[in-house]
Amino acid sequence: MSPQTHAGLDYSKVDEILANYGYEKSNLIAILQKVQEVFRYLPLDVMTYIGTKIEGLSPATVYGVATFYAQFSLEPKGKYEIKVCDGTACHVRGSMPVLNAVYQCLNPVVVVNGKVYPQMTADAIKIVIATIMNEEEGK
Amino acid sequence: MSDKKTLIINGKEVEFTDEPNLLEVIRKAGFNVPTFCYRPDLTQYGACRMCVVEVEYPNGRVLINSSCTMPPETGIKVKTNTERTRRIRKTVLELLLANHDRECTTCDKSGKCELQQYAEEYGIKDVSKYVAKRKEDFLPIDDSNPSIVRDPNKCILCGACVRACSEFQGHSVLGFANRGSKTVVQPIAGKPLAKVDCVYCGQCQAVCPTGALTIKNEVNEVWNLITDPQKKVLAQIAPSVRVAIGEEFGLEPGENTIKLVNAALKEIGFDLVFDTNFSADLTIMEEAHEFVERLSKGENLPLFTSCCPAWVRYLELQHPDMLKHLSSCKSPQGMLSPVLRTLVPKYFEGFSEENINIVSIMPCTAKKAEAKRSQLGKDGKFETDYVLTTQELAKMIKSAGIDFKSLEPAEGDSPFALYSGAATIFGASGGVAEAAVRTAYEFVTGEPLSDIDIKSMRGVDKNHRCKDVELDIKGTKVKVRVVSTLKEAEKSLQEIKNGTSDFHMLEVMACPGGCINGGGQPRSCDDTHVKEKRAQGLYKEDSELTYRRSNDNPDIKKLYAEYLEAPGSHKAHELLHTVYEDKFKGSYKDVVKA
Repeated sequence: MSPQTHAGLDYSKVDEILANYGYEKSNLIAILQKVQEVFRYLPLDVMTYIGTKIEGLSPATVYGVATFYAQFSLEPKGKYEIKVCDGTACHVRGSMPVLNAVYQCLNPVVVVNGKVYPQMTADAIKIVIATIMNEEEGK
Repeated sequence: MSDKKTLIINGKEVEFTDEPNLLEVIRKAGFNVPTFCYRPDLTQYGACRMCVVEVEYPNGRVLINSSCTMPPETGIKVKTNTERTRRIRKTVLELLLANHDRECTTCDKSGKCELQQYAEEYGIKDVSKYVAKRKEDFLPIDDSNPSIVRDPNKCILCGACVRACSEFQGHSVLGFANRGSKTVVQPIAGKPLAKVDCVYCGQCQAVCPTGALTIKNEVNEVWNLITDPQKKVLAQIAPSVRVAIGEEFGLEPGENTIKLVNAALKEIGFDLVFDTNFSADLTIMEEAHEFVERLSKGENLPLFTSCCPAWVRYLELQHPDMLKHLSSCKSPQGMLSPVLRTLVPKYFEGFSEENINIVSIMPCTAKKAEAKRSQLGKDGKFETDYVLTTQELAKMIKSAGIDFKSLEPAEGDSPFALYSGAATIFGASGGVAEAAVRTAYEFVTGEPLSDIDIKSMRGVDKNHRCKDVELDIKGTKVKVRVVSTLKEAEKSLQEIKNGTSDFHMLEVMACPGGCINGGGQPRSCDDTHVKEKRAQGLYKEDSELTYRRSNDNPDIKKLYAEYLEAPGSHKAHELLHTVYEDKFKGSYKDVVKA
């Protein structure tokens, strides 16, 4: 049987993590951390799934733990997560120039109807939009 | 040396034994402290801090402790009402009130709300020193389902509902989410209750101290029916209502008030008043017949009882593969309405299928959802028009200015008035199985069961949520399991799936102790013994009735003779049986949803 998948989610990996942690309620945080490593966030359906698979838990309880801790994200995140500290000490030690350098290196990402355009520049976006408009006119 | 364990409460020496916490000792000694989150049938949580007391230890230290989470200790001196405890409680109340939607007058819990009650008792007059909850921060109210309304703006985060859902029904539809000032109690991701695996048992709102969880109130709709001269309005009253509604009018739990309820309904303006006990007898005729048939064929055993709509919904959502076990019998509510619609026009002048409207009075919030099942109606018209809970009927009686206790007792309307003792015990966990066995025994052996009181099936307290009973039907051993709460039911389902079960019948009631403790009954979450008294009220009525078996009820015999022919007949199937729906798609366990 093929692994249960939908919306691109591979549940066999969740099953593997659950098995590694013995389907134990007390391991929930570790399980969520591993699941987040796989998907880069905690998809709602995966939390529901975990809530039905571990005895003594429910989907609402799993969601409660996931929303309690700041380390868990319910939104998809990128492959690489860059955090720049802008606390008082870091700020005076020059965090803003670092952040600006990050912006310069990476350029913003633009998503059009789900299609991702990384490293976007002001010139490139004009070309993308012009192409789409041409396609629309051609229909 | 004696083993007597004692402590001092407010200067009085008090003995204690195995009380789980100091709060219970305080209450037993005749004192009281306020609580929001403490419910004797649930685990202790210690969230609300209202039950704080001053405790002086033998070494002279004085500490403030929450009495609900503290075990009683020998030699301590407890003060329940001091300047410090009062100050703490007042601060708790002020903070809760500042963060509360204080539109009390239009709140369904008004008059029954514990926050309102304590705020009044503690003289909270002004909370303007705290930043008030802002209207723009109010969260939406969830009234997406037929049974329960959830208003998060009235929630004080005591967690009683979360514990009830988890400890009674086993799968906690409600949970805490977020943290700090953003904390809420909600179904996963804030979804409406209708979109998660909620079975509408209403135990969450039965333990809710405020208006955060309330019964969906249909009193106004029923008044509209009654005041419409074109409409004939019929009532049916469930077994458990009679032993509980009196509590709303100062009577003792368990006191049988059926004749006063009949009188009150007539006074309100119902045209005819019937008893769901009559159709409980009908249910037994059909279900006992079905059970005997399945036993003889060895098919779809164990048979599951189908009276509890929360249990039915639970199976439909979580275990559709087990639906074949469920009795095809409609619940007593579900049976009586089509019988009345069909037969009342034949017996009563001026009543027609077009002008009949049926209101049932139930101890149950899930019955409201049952009445809206597509299988129990057609073309958008349902066999039961409205379901009022015991609490809602009490409100109607009060608003009509009726002095309930001094009403002239009245009988229900014939020919559907008589009922057996077997029917009346339907309201307590074990009652349906006991009633079924009384009749099934006779169906199999042709002789009446001599030992009619099957005491091993009875008991509604915490320790009687799973009862196994073996019966000897003339040499055939029949095993019956009785469970209350879906948490217990789930264990039995797993036994069946694992092949380790050996029982032939499974009676399930979702509420702890059965319908007498249903989500629509008068509030009793502070006293674990109320449900026992209500159950005793039903067993007392059973013991006093002329007929104790459903098959002895003359009105039932008449109905079969004049219309239904025999249990399991074609006509009986048309009117009294139903089908179930696989609701797995979109439920929790359906992970491959879109």
